[in-house]
Amino acid sequence: MINKLLELIGNKTMALLREMGAVIIFCGQTFRWTFSRPFYLKNLLKQMEQIGVNSVPVVLTTAISTGMVLALQSYTGFKRFGAQSLIGAVVSLSMTRELGPVLTGLMVAGRAGASMAAELGTMRVTEQIDALYTLATNPMKYLVVPRFLASTIMMFFLSALGMYIGILGGYFVGVKVLGTNPTTYMNQSINNTTMSDIWYGLIKSLVFGAVVGLIGCYKGFNTEGGAEGVGKATTGAVVVSCMLILILDYFLSALLW
Amino acid sequence: MAMIEITNLCKGFGSHQVLRGVNLTVEKGESMTVIGGSGSGKSVLIKHIIGLLFPDRGEVKVDGEVLNNLDERGLNDVRKKFGMLFQGAALFDSLTVWENVGFGLKQHTKMSDKEIRDVTTQKLALVGLKGVEDKMPSDLSGGMKKRVGLARAIAMDPQIILYDEPTTGLDPITADAINDLIVDLRKKLGVTSVAITHDMFSAYKISDRIAMLYKGEIQETGTPDEIRGTSNPIVKQFITGSAVGPITAD
Ligand SMILES: Nc1ncnc2c1ncn2[C@@H]1O[C@H](COP(=O)(O)OP(=O)(O)O)[C@@H](O)[C@H]1O
Ligand SMILES: [Mg+2]
Repeated sequence: MINKLLELIGNKTMALLREMGAVIIFCGQTFRWTFSRPFYLKNLLKQMEQIGVNSVPVVLTTAISTGMVLALQSYTGFKRFGAQSLIGAVVSLSMTRELGPVLTGLMVAGRAGASMAAELGTMRVTEQIDALYTLATNPMKYLVVPRFLASTIMMFFLSALGMYIGILGGYFVGVKVLGTNPTTYMNQSINNTTMSDIWYGLIKSLVFGAVVGLIGCYKGFNTEGGAEGVGKATTGAVVVSCMLILILDYFLSALLW
Repeated sequence: MAMIEITNLCKGFGSHQVLRGVNLTVEKGESMTVIGGSGSGKSVLIKHIIGLLFPDRGEVKVDGEVLNNLDERGLNDVRKKFGMLFQGAALFDSLTVWENVGFGLKQHTKMSDKEIRDVTTQKLALVGLKGVEDKMPSDLSGGMKKRVGLARAIAMDPQIILYDEPTTGLDPITADAINDLIVDLRKKLGVTSVAITHDMFSAYKISDRIAMLYKGEIQETGTPDEIRGTSNPIVKQFITGSAVGPITAD
């Protein structure tokens, strides 16, 4: 009984370690191929559109809702000790340092990460990836590198957009709905948010973008077992990249104090 | 002269040993068909020939070069000698028919899109298709997909064509049209070809020689007539499609 349990734990741990190793090798190869010819510029642009432009609606919705709720909630709390004037600072600091990049990361993981894994997974199980090899084309370069780059670059811009829109949403609620003085609100926001807060947030977003691209591609590229496998890869891509985003968020926050 | 030489090829996945010492030689210009049951390792075997899989032991030699020893560039040079038709055609579903057929030309030549389209039209005509250049693969029937896959396989004028179950999943008439096409292409292009199939009708029709893969080894190799008159009980059972004999369904 105990032996069985230990064996199970051992096997699970080994499988996890093996998978981590495989992910690290995959990342290493992706970085290596990123800087070697040929460059598939057309694929990159197409992916930037698919991952970036098409994610704008969800990112906008999430950001504006978060900014508005944040203003509303902090107002309720801060009023209790008469610090309502600070909500501008709370909203802009939270949006830039934390919520802009993290929520954008999670939304893009759900949307673009999933679709990457599903697309590459389908290509794997229908032998399209093998077909690329037989046509003397490296699928890591042709498929993975453009997605990795597009995801990293576009996450940066989407996060910047998320920060901006979230702050606007907070401003709207704080000033128009709750009646805070607009000048006080703006001053609080601007005086308490530095350029480096914004950069911290944007650096995080680059890391999250790389995570979404790499995990989405890794899961898709290593799909096995038909349609069911594609489903598993897709779910796996979303779960793993969301967890990694949340875990890395803590360490990046600690590092970029 | 041997175009493909497979020596003592062994390959397993985890604890599952699929190939246990395959030996097979395909002469230049010859049409070789490997027959065997589902899951017997036919696809694994053919994937070794074009360097999609690599042996655990043994070696695969193509046109005098051992694939295991090649780096990425060397391997790609060898792969350019091949065209491969996949079982499900494996067309790129984000690209149109002509972009699929012209994929290799686009990647490896300096031809303009206009020139590539012209070649594409010509290759599509060879496989009996007209006016489908701008369709997406999802708009094609199974038989048409195979034809487009075949057009893509021959687009770069390969010396060797590999067919992974070219007739599986097609109705008998479409299947026979594909058989005719394979025979026809071979006459016109004079290529070496390796097909794998469990369709005996197809095997007899398209092959100069047939080899049977069973339990990870080649059981017998011979001309279609020799295979028809075989005394090997395993081969006999397989070609007559009998449930009674040394092979058991699992
Ligand atoms: N990449 C792989 N990983 C693990 N097992 C594989 C892989 N490819 C093939 N196999 C196994 O090898 C055996 C032979 O497969 P295959 O060559 O596809 O058979 P077939 O003769 O039907 O083409 C099957 O049992 C299959 O599960
Ligand atoms: Mg097969």
